[in-house]
Amino acid sequence: MAEYSALSIIRNALSGNTNWKPAWRKPDPKPSYDVIIIGGGGHGLSTAYYLAKEHGIRNVAVLERGYLGSGNVGRNTTAVRSNYLLPQNIRFYEHSMKMWERLSHDLNYNVMFSQRGVLNLAHTPAQLDDYTRRGNAMRHLDADAELMDVAAIKRLMPIVDDSKTARFPIYGGLMQWRAGTARHDAVAWGYARGADRRGVDILENCEVTGFIRDGDRIAGVTTSRGEIRAKKVAVAVAGSTGHVMRMAGIDRMPIESHVLQAFVSESLKPILDTVVTFGMGHFYVSQSDKGGLVYGGDIDGYNSYAQRGNLPIVEDVMSEMAALFPSLTTVRVLRSWGGVCDMSMDGSPIITTGPLPGMYLNCGWCYGGFKATPASGWCFAHTIAKDAPHELNAPFTLDRFHRGTVIDDKGQGATPRLH
Amino acid sequence: MLITCPYCGPRDVVEFTYQGDGNRTRPDPASTDLNAWNAYVYDRVNIAGDQNEIWQHSGGCRTHLAVTRNTLTHKISSVRSTHAEPPAPPKPARKKPRAKA
Repeated sequence: MAEYSALSIIRNALSGNTNWKPAWRKPDPKPSYDVIIIGGGGHGLSTAYYLAKEHGIRNVAVLERGYLGSGNVGRNTTAVRSNYLLPQNIRFYEHSMKMWERLSHDLNYNVMFSQRGVLNLAHTPAQLDDYTRRGNAMRHLDADAELMDVAAIKRLMPIVDDSKTARFPIYGGLMQWRAGTARHDAVAWGYARGADRRGVDILENCEVTGFIRDGDRIAGVTTSRGEIRAKKVAVAVAGSTGHVMRMAGIDRMPIESHVLQAFVSESLKPILDTVVTFGMGHFYVSQSDKGGLVYGGDIDGYNSYAQRGNLPIVEDVMSEMAALFPSLTTVRVLRSWGGVCDMSMDGSPIITTGPLPGMYLNCGWCYGGFKATPASGWCFAHTIAKDAPHELNAPFTLDRFHRGTVIDDKGQGATPRLH
Repeated sequence: MLITCPYCGPRDVVEFTYQGDGNRTRPDPASTDLNAWNAYVYDRVNIAGDQNEIWQHSGGCRTHLAVTRNTLTHKISSVRSTHAEPPAPPKPARKKPRAKA
């Protein structure tokens, strides 16, 4: 299987690049496995990787409806951060951040994790107070946070409109220097290769069409590639959670599927070396290594399973970019796309055993699942292997909504389109 | 996306506010059944296909609309007022003064 080095690039270049080995096998499904993971996105693949690596469970299949990386793991805007307010979220995402910091070494695969910082801009004194509170909460739990004044922001990012006459003048910002971006496809490929080498079968073009039951217990799945049985069936399908859970007979979930759009501009010379978020509205942007600006904003705001959005949000996002960086109004958009997000009722995820015997559930990532990829897989693997959650994901239960222990970082209530 | 308001005709989606899943029914306000309240507040059908949902024409006539929309294609198959019968237009507050002879 493929190893990459400077030497291999030269050797393969000389042989016309015809001898590259595939990074993972394309096996046929076996009749049964110890664990089936439905969903070959970032979270499903990292779950398989940590099941094999940390818990020695190698008889595992990852079922992917399309091709690897065709879903949200290849559609997100690649930001990685842990700048939350509530302790449950900070602990979980900070654990993820620490895993990101050593992920390329762990996988022996360059995920191009770049700690270029994530800066949240404040546009009112009250918002800056709010950011100060969040920064303090983060520092209490060993995440890093730093308040920046306008002069420091201007030095960091000369293209920003810091004038007092701006539509929304900047009052300061909260910077997390250890946050940044990672190459999202490489994360999927790295985890896939790592899991494959430990014996995990990655079954692409394998769509789940139903669940096999043994009494009350989930005992496997029927798929477009035949019946596959398993002792444990894990579901990590993000935006398709409602659809898949309905096949298992659960027709109501604390989840709504919404579409989020993302955009890439034409390539520019380096002008922006951090990730920046706009505080008046919802807009975030970073510049990729290739030079394109990668940016996005709010979800479209109504339930959707379509991986494409509508024009009002496009206009909204572009106007926010123009408000923050007037010089970018002449930059052309290269392409845009949409991904389906599993918006939970409190904006926080669900990683839990159940809700049926033999089943395990990982969902509710809203539009922030990418940064959670390592910790989500790590915690989910622990939950599957031990039949009990790890301390880090113990708060992220499915029944927390009915028990009144919601983890609502933004304080928006049960209105998924606002999280 | 255009929504055809029964009063105002086809209008752009920006004029409307999404009110969410239209399959929920609020329990009797006097009810103390926690499960019913929890289900009403937190649980959603979230179907991949034709979904019943509520929109308000907040940037127009402000009517609440029961819309059936396909969540895979965004195609809208029916729009009607959430009232069983649309309210009759209001009567004038007082009679028009008769023209003096």
